Amino acid sequence: MTEERGDRRPSGELEASVLAALWAADGGLTAGEVRTALGSELARTTVTTILARLHEKGIVTRSRSGRGYAYLPASDAPGLSARRMRAELDRGEDRGRILARFVSDLSDEDEKTLRALLNGGEEADA
Amino acid sequence: MKFVVWVPLLIPLLAVPVARRVTARLSPRTAAWTLGACSALLGVCSTAALGVLALGGALQIAPVAALEGISPGLLDDRTQLTLPVGILAAGLLVGAAVAAVAVVARNWRELRAARQAAGTASGELSVHPDERPYAYALPGPFGRRGRIVVSSAMLRSLSAEEREVLFAHERAHLAGRHHLFLSCAHLAATLHPLLRGLREPLTYALERWADEVAAEAVGDRQLAARAIGRAALAAVAPEGRPRLVPGATCGPVPRRVAALMDSGTTRATGPRGSRRRLVAALLVGCLALSAASTLHAANELHSSVEMAESRTDFR
Repeated sequence: MTEERGDRRPSGELEASVLAALWAADGGLTAGEVRTALGSELARTTVTTILARLHEKGIVTRSRSGRGYAYLPASDAPGLSARRMRAELDRGEDRGRILARFVSDLSDEDEKTLRALLNGGEEADA
Repeated sequence: MKFVVWVPLLIPLLAVPVARRVTARLSPRTAAWTLGACSALLGVCSTAALGVLALGGALQIAPVAALEGISPGLLDDRTQLTLPVGILAAGLLVGAAVAAVAVVARNWRELRAARQAAGTASGELSVHPDERPYAYALPGPFGRRGRIVVSSAMLRSLSAEEREVLFAHERAHLAGRHHLFLSCAHLAATLHPLLRGLREPLTYALERWADEVAAEAVGDRQLAARAIGRAALAAVAPEGRPRLVPGATCGPVPRRVAALMDSGTTRATGPRGSRRRLVAALLVGCLALSAASTLHAANELHSSVEMAESRTDFR
């Protein structure tokens, strides 16, 4: 596990390692902390470059921390839940019936929200 | 013809246990290819044999035979193809076809749903913020690059170097297109229930194949064994995981860990030396017999129809 081996790996694989380190950490990590978490097999500039690229893609968020940035994985929890619900719908045989049952079991508030959304209202209107 | 057409249908009784024995001592990669090829060949041959039986039966019905310009009475007696057997074969054939289409459609739906749930963000890693630990290799559509799906809980339960093992393992599944092996075995088992016995050793061979690639990638077999063991202990089967995708936490994990610790020199149980070659030859013989008897049966049917046609012309 020399520094050379780490730097020679394809950048996609390094992105995965860095992103995984951010997810495994409890809070945000600076470039230096990511490097330590990964067993410092990478050059600091490499880590900085990868973090900047992940930030550009919107996969991580960052906030000012001292002279640099602290990075956090961008967890799009509402988006993921929505995708899961859609996936569940796609897996089922009868979309219409699943949707009908789903809507009939909604609470009054949820129903209002859904109505507002379908009428082109804002999410905040609910 | 009397019995030849039954050979492809019955040979899996012998071929499946023999294939399991042979592949237990092969390298994981060779074992996976062997088991995949056996599934495909035996599945195709048994289905073709059913087709011959169904067609032969159909030709006993006068209006069907008339389409070929012959009458059933002129068919060669050697064929021994009877209507009841033909009807049974046609029923099995239709059943197998329906089941196969259903299996393919379901697998496709599951893969598409999992791809949607994995999101559209770029990068090979798709992290699900989930308290249940799991990881699997999600193949990309139509030869496009696949993705590694892993839950945040799984990432937290492993160290940085163990995560590298996990990723290398899943990358090996994606690079080797291992889901195609699994689809092949799955489909073959749908066409012929006796071929189900090939699926379990194939799953094991694919996981061992990916384990070996991962161990090589990190250059440390002990580390690889530890990571696979820990990931498997932590793992649960997630709801959205398609049945057909391979993953680091599949297969009999203690055996896989032991195989990695064995430094790859000694291999699992099985016959050795000359007996090993004998069993391998037996497997090749079974496969050749399956293919040859299918071709022979189809050929006999064809020539008996041609003979009946020439007799019709003669009259």
